[in-house]
Amino acid sequence: MSGSSATVGRDALAGAAREGRSPTALAFRRMFRSQTAVAGLGITVALVVTGLLAPWLAPNEYWRISREAVMQAPGAHPAHVLGTDELGRDVLSRLLYGARISLLLGVGATGVAVVVGVVLGAVSGYLGGWVDMLLQRVTDTFMALPTLLVAIAVTAIVERPTLTTLFLVMGFLSWTTVARVVRGQVLALRENDYAVAARSLGAGDGRILFGHLLPNCVGPIVVLGTLLVASMILFEAGLSFLGLGVQPPYPSWGRMLLDAKPFMEESPWLMVYPGAAIVLTVLGLNFFGDGLRDAFDPRMKV
Amino acid sequence: MGAYVLRRLMLVVPVLLLVSLIVFTLSYHMPGDPARLLMGQAADEETLALKRAELGLDRPFGVQYVSYLGKLARGDLGKSYAKKGKGVGEIVRESFAVTLRLAVLATLVSIVFGIAAGVAAAVKPYSWVDYGSMLLALLGVSLPVFYLGFLLIVFVARNVGLRTAGFDDATLWSQFASLLLPAIALGALSTAIVARLTRSTMLEILGQDFVRTARAKGLAERAVVLRHALRNAAIPIVTVVGANLGGLLMGAVLTETVFSLPGLGREIVNAIFQRDRELIAGGVLFMSLIFVAVNLAVDLTYAWFDPRVRYE
Repeated sequence: MSGSSATVGRDALAGAAREGRSPTALAFRRMFRSQTAVAGLGITVALVVTGLLAPWLAPNEYWRISREAVMQAPGAHPAHVLGTDELGRDVLSRLLYGARISLLLGVGATGVAVVVGVVLGAVSGYLGGWVDMLLQRVTDTFMALPTLLVAIAVTAIVERPTLTTLFLVMGFLSWTTVARVVRGQVLALRENDYAVAARSLGAGDGRILFGHLLPNCVGPIVVLGTLLVASMILFEAGLSFLGLGVQPPYPSWGRMLLDAKPFMEESPWLMVYPGAAIVLTVLGLNFFGDGLRDAFDPRMKV
Repeated sequence: MGAYVLRRLMLVVPVLLLVSLIVFTLSYHMPGDPARLLMGQAADEETLALKRAELGLDRPFGVQYVSYLGKLARGDLGKSYAKKGKGVGEIVRESFAVTLRLAVLATLVSIVFGIAAGVAAAVKPYSWVDYGSMLLALLGVSLPVFYLGFLLIVFVARNVGLRTAGFDDATLWSQFASLLLPAIALGALSTAIVARLTRSTMLEILGQDFVRTARAKGLAERAVVLRHALRNAAIPIVTVVGANLGGLLMGAVLTETVFSLPGLGREIVNAIFQRDRELIAGGVLFMSLIFVAVNLAVDLTYAWFDPRVRYE
């Protein structure tokens, strides 16, 4: 995060010069002043740690079936704190591994969306002309697509979608906002003095675009990316809930809700915990993303 | 305005062509043999080949796509293989009637509850009413529709005597009763967005001079809030409700699955599991058409209200 200077106001820059702090450091200081942003960051960090350490935190393997302990209510069995499901699998372990899957898919799909969006947006904004026209029409088309339905149709044809398939499908349907924002930034930045200076020193298009302009788009991209992770996690949960996302035996929170559906009246804990995990995660990422946005660029606020 | 309408209409064509191409490509590569679905397991290879030729499934991809587009242009969505040749158009029409009612009811829920909560919060800012309704709004934004649906079924439906699944179309009342909880689940997100927007817009308007004038001339607070302020907040609220309609239709797919409603979304999901390609293609295409049409209508209304949009 070397330079988000373009997105920070002039007074902040003056302050940075006086106090010897970079604009990025100042933005982070602003972010840490917001209680909700810090809470969001806390939840996000906890989620990442849970996801990374799932194999060590989980009391059981997520796939371990136990015929002796089927449909145990939370607390009924000392070995299963949050109870067990219809196959006797430990709910807590599945939740912890679920964090791993959700995070992996959320970050992976966001990565695909950001790469596609940055490349198309940057090329579109930098080259202009007919390339820009064409890419803008493509962006319009993708914005008008009913995302969930197209994703449903794509995942249906691959009989058992792998994680890679899901990354690609979700990412390729979600890059439009990133492309729009990056295009706007590049369009404004390419007229700046330093871009003109780089050109007059003989720098090529690629060097100006990737070496000088894109580093100045990092702030907005990070903000959009954080918020995208939340919506990708919701997207994955929705797909898995329809039985078209993550396939068993992998424990996805959406899939756990689907599996809990037939038993929701008599064993509500099977659906309460995975749902709560989704809500908490999405809430945390949105708090954190909103906080980042307010700190880095209050103008992006809608 | 005319030029803007024309430009927006022209944009719809590539979108629909792209959707139809995606949908057709997918159903073309869909595993499973429609001829086998129609003729049953007992049919021998020769009968199946004949059936495939009859259905035109032995022709190359491009030819099949063009003939599919031709059929679409004539309003023919094909036949459902899993439902013994029932017309896809008929299935779509019947099931979309349920989806439409669900979406309309969810919109009503979001308007009524969203505006009520927003106004209540704006009238007494930083009171417990304000904090309470904004906390609910925050939950509304983060609760996925399928989870909220579950919670409503398990913890609310039984206690208030509403049905938990399925659709009873016997009377208008029974339709309402079976769609109420699904509509609340589906409308929660829009309700939250409407509530937040109403609050901020109302706060801004209540601080303006004409409101002070209205109060100064002795109008009752109720009239000031409802007749003067709320009326001026209407345009942004209507806009955001419209903008959420498309998302509402997508959410309906999930809501119908949770509440086992016989809507178009659930038909499509079921068709996917039965490898019923013409129903998948027709259903997704129809839903996309509605999605695009709703967004177009919203954009045009918006441009009509705010001329600046037309020149962007």
